[in-house]
Amino acid sequence: MKLFCIGLSHHTAQIETRERFAGHSRSEAMLHERGCRELVLLTTCNRVEIYCCAEHDLQTWDVADCLRVNGELTTEAELRSFYRYEDPDCARHFFRVTSGLDSMVVGETEILGQTKRAYEMARARRDTGPVLHRLCQRGFRVAKQVRTATEITRGSVSVGSVAVDLAEKIFGDLRGRKVLVLGAGETSEKTLRALSARGVSDLWVSNRSPQRAEELARALDGIAVPFALWLDQCREVDILISSTSSETQLLTPALIEPMLRERPDCPLFVIDIAVPRNAAPALNDLDGVYLYDIDSLQSIAKERMELRRQQFAAAEEIIAHHVTGFWEQIAKSLGDDFTTQRSGTGAVAPALRPSESQAS
Amino acid sequence: MDRRLLILSTIFFFAAVVRSVIALRARVFRRSPFSFVMIALGFALQTMFLSMRGHAVGRCPITNLFEVLIFLAWSIALIYMLVGPAYRLSLMGVFTAPLVLLVQLFALLAPIDTPHAIQVMPNALLEFHASISIIAYGVFALACVAGAMYLVQERQLKTHELRSIFYHLPPLPTLFSAITRLLWLGFALYTAGLISGFFTGEPVPWKKVVLAVAIWVLYGAILQGRYLRSFTPRRVAALCVGAFAAALSLLWSIEFVGHHA
Repeated sequence: MKLFCIGLSHHTAQIETRERFAGHSRSEAMLHERGCRELVLLTTCNRVEIYCCAEHDLQTWDVADCLRVNGELTTEAELRSFYRYEDPDCARHFFRVTSGLDSMVVGETEILGQTKRAYEMARARRDTGPVLHRLCQRGFRVAKQVRTATEITRGSVSVGSVAVDLAEKIFGDLRGRKVLVLGAGETSEKTLRALSARGVSDLWVSNRSPQRAEELARALDGIAVPFALWLDQCREVDILISSTSSETQLLTPALIEPMLRERPDCPLFVIDIAVPRNAAPALNDLDGVYLYDIDSLQSIAKERMELRRQQFAAAEEIIAHHVTGFWEQIAKSLGDDFTTQRSGTGAVAPALRPSESQAS
Repeated sequence: MDRRLLILSTIFFFAAVVRSVIALRARVFRRSPFSFVMIALGFALQTMFLSMRGHAVGRCPITNLFEVLIFLAWSIALIYMLVGPAYRLSLMGVFTAPLVLLVQLFALLAPIDTPHAIQVMPNALLEFHASISIIAYGVFALACVAGAMYLVQERQLKTHELRSIFYHLPPLPTLFSAITRLLWLGFALYTAGLISGFFTGEPVPWKKVVLAVAIWVLYGAILQGRYLRSFTPRRVAALCVGAFAAALSLLWSIEFVGHHA
């Protein structure tokens, strides 16, 4: 009996390839016909993988054929996008996937829900058996442990996401918050997009060039404000992102303090990503004002990245421990079936079709 | 025997504090139910102690400063266990345990556990007045804890020095909402305690009443300032911490139940 995973992900394949092998309604049935005894098919926007327990090895091209959406033949280049993990390596890979270590944004937790759904669907089809059931259950446990014992899922590693994290700590729920962007640069656009993704819907853009302001406002479903009128909008703003090329300070305590008196309960989060800075540092001394410039945002992002890197090793250690535990458990209960218990050697290169093999 | 229960209870609170210090100093903050379990065990032992002491004195065990402090520590632990999970302030234990430990250690170490020579008949209204007032103190203590959490979180946001705990502490509005609710609850209980004090049938101790009313006015002013939006959330949080320190000092002036006769 063999346990293996064959698939492709954002690490190895472009989206076009992933789309072509996203699986279809007959995929599971075809894989069973080819000898899969237990089967979980995991398809997300970033990966397509099958976890399979079979009497004998399935060739990668065989699996690719089962997953292929249209009728065209699989090319050699596409086949090379597939990876293959066997036995303990398969378990390690699955645990890394559920824990978010293999994700595009390391530590994201959405993948755990997607894996759980894939498992539930396989279980409903009665595709899981003693091996994959144990693998999945342990994978979910590993993900939970990695999340609680390490900081891998916490903290943000880009300026935009750091700003969002801070905004959530200042305001709690971001829905209904008003954001004003001064200067429609690239970083302010990214920050605005990150805030918009977390529910901020009241977006205002002001730029010296009205055309650019309108472009950005249109792209994010916001409202463009003439640059001469930005101060009027400021009174109701919760988050102010400033990135103008102004050489004098636009935001000073003398300007902001009277506005704050009119709204004692509403904090103001100022994100100053301009160089030279648009906001006077003394602004941060005002009660209820939280001022972050590009350096402080970047330094938080860097710190989080470093912490995440350190946590990576801790997460891998947890996973290694569970791989051993899982394999011992499998060997104990299904020992005779799992005669080949090789130690991990990483991904195995996909086997080519016999014809392709001869050709190459 | 009863003091030994209390010593054991203090050890549990101490364990919670040690865990809190380790957690706060660590680069990576790890959540764990340890603090809650330790506080719950400490609380169970406090309850046993208060029950035994209550049987021994034949009334609610708040007959001297020692018992009042233990009753206060018990109230804080009780309110924490009721409020912490409700507001999802799981980190509250990290801040509550040191407060309970301090109160309890002081009670144990200071020579204040003096039995009263004069035995008086139990007075139900007097006991209600005293116990409800101490429970109100427990609620104010928790408001003080939430205030401290707010100040810690706010300071991190101001100074840009985000420690690992930053990501585990609730957002400022959540903390502030907990502070406000605790203040209202504490104020209501304290008011009930204050009013019931006039109906105990005992002579009114005017000096004590003045101090108690001063504390009532202090908390009332905080709530009024909040209601009129003249205090910023940060100021309310800081006032919660300060007001509780002032309220604690009032405990010294309390004439205990046993002294009333």
